[in-house]
Amino acid sequence: MAEAPLLNVKGLEAWYGESHVLHGIDFDVRKGEVVTLIGRNGAGKTTTLRSLIGVVGKRRGACLYKGADLLKIAPHKVARLGIGYVPEERGIFSSLNVLENLLFPPAWQAGGMANDEIYALFPNLKGRDSTSGTRLSGGEQQMLAIGRILRTGADFILLDEPTEGIAPVIIEEIGAALRILKERGMTIILVEQNLRFAASIADRHYVLDQGKVVDEIPNNALDANMDRLNRYLGV
Amino acid sequence: MTDIFGVPIAVLLGQLLLGLINGSFYALLSLGLAIIFGMLNVINFAHGAFYMLGGFAAWLLLSALGLGYWETLMAAPLMVGALGAVVERLFLKRLYRVDHLYSLLLTFGIALMLEGLFRHIFGAAGKPYPIPPSLTGGINLGFMFLPMYRAWVIAASLAVCIATWLAIERTKLGAYLRAATENPGLVQAFGINVPLMLTLTYAFCVGLAGFAGALAAPLYQVSPGMGSSVIIVVFAVVVIGGMGSIGGAIVTALALGVIEGLTKTFYPAASSIAVFVVMVLVILIRPSGLFSREA
Repeated sequence: MAEAPLLNVKGLEAWYGESHVLHGIDFDVRKGEVVTLIGRNGAGKTTTLRSLIGVVGKRRGACLYKGADLLKIAPHKVARLGIGYVPEERGIFSSLNVLENLLFPPAWQAGGMANDEIYALFPNLKGRDSTSGTRLSGGEQQMLAIGRILRTGADFILLDEPTEGIAPVIIEEIGAALRILKERGMTIILVEQNLRFAASIADRHYVLDQGKVVDEIPNNALDANMDRLNRYLGV
Repeated sequence: MTDIFGVPIAVLLGQLLLGLINGSFYALLSLGLAIIFGMLNVINFAHGAFYMLGGFAAWLLLSALGLGYWETLMAAPLMVGALGAVVERLFLKRLYRVDHLYSLLLTFGIALMLEGLFRHIFGAAGKPYPIPPSLTGGINLGFMFLPMYRAWVIAASLAVCIATWLAIERTKLGAYLRAATENPGLVQAFGINVPLMLTLTYAFCVGLAGFAGALAAPLYQVSPGMGSSVIIVVFAVVVIGGMGSIGGAIVTALALGVIEGLTKTFYPAASSIAVFVVMVLVILIRPSGLFSREA
């Protein structure tokens, strides 16, 4: 018995200035699922996330989340629905230290993690409170970017390439943390190029190409569809 | 009588006091300019006009409505700040995405229009504004006479400047502001209403200019040209301190006021260019300003 999806994206189009980047994206995410958006560079994965949280100027279509259309509400109200965004560039503020970065996003929903829980999840962050945020290593900045979202009580997380440019050991740790979050019932959209990492967490994969969703592959059918997938990704 | 290089100490101290007073006004104005530049990326040429409006608001409230000094000192900045909010909402916010030059031209135009309008209505002559009875007189410090109102101006503007600096460097709201200068899109994605924050920032800084204008009314006469005569020096202060450096703007403003005062004592002919000589030197040696974070 399939319940109604938590997020239902229909015909999402988006523009950066004059260039039309998304040409009608359709996908949905159910509560508690981890769904990936995979595809080549420039396929529109990041833009899809950015459209959901409203940092893209011009958008069309519908993104229904808990009954509200994200395209129709003011950008600053999206986070208040419990949607947390971890950007590709991580977005750690250089003018704030680690603790200030961690405490930065306001908590909009009850049920956010306490600082100790976040430190338990990402031990690397512990004892670094007064270090300037951007002095952390890339992997630690990624942990901080995820950690600060967990404080806010967000239960729907948009994660943009958390493994990009990060040492394999740290990727393992981030993967372990994400699996814990999944067990806790968080819903996650993961944009990822690292297929092995994606397969270790995700329930389903959406393949994007040239601003459209061209395929959907359940995680347990990934191996059987490897040829198809490699063709999409051009490996 | 003791002299220093042929200048009596009392005269020297008197000029130093004048320099500190001027520096206090430079501080209130350059602080706002630096914040507006840092947070909104706007070079606010209308700042002097808002200072002038603060003076006129105080004068009008007194002469037309008969309000007392303390009420006008509260009301004038609020009125000027409200006008600033309107200007930001109607015009400035449309220009954030384009080159600095557009907002510079817009605010320059606003300054010219406001000054012209007030000159048309009130004439170019200065309007006197009496010192409030509670702040008349002065204290004899032994080595010099300190008029009460002047002491109050220095204390009030320092207090306001330090409070503003603390609010930006030490509070959560200040952290939002600082972060929004780095990455406004992300701050918004965390659920913070960035456009509203920018409007309030502009209104607050312009309100500071209005406060300075109201504070200046009893010292200098209120006239339509009072803003344009001070704004150029204030821009020099911001350039010397480092665009966007808030603490730097305050320190530089006071220091330059004093330097100006000293020049007036020892070589009066150079007093009006002293600030610009310092600016040239700073630009030559440290182009990004004395207090800028990136050197």
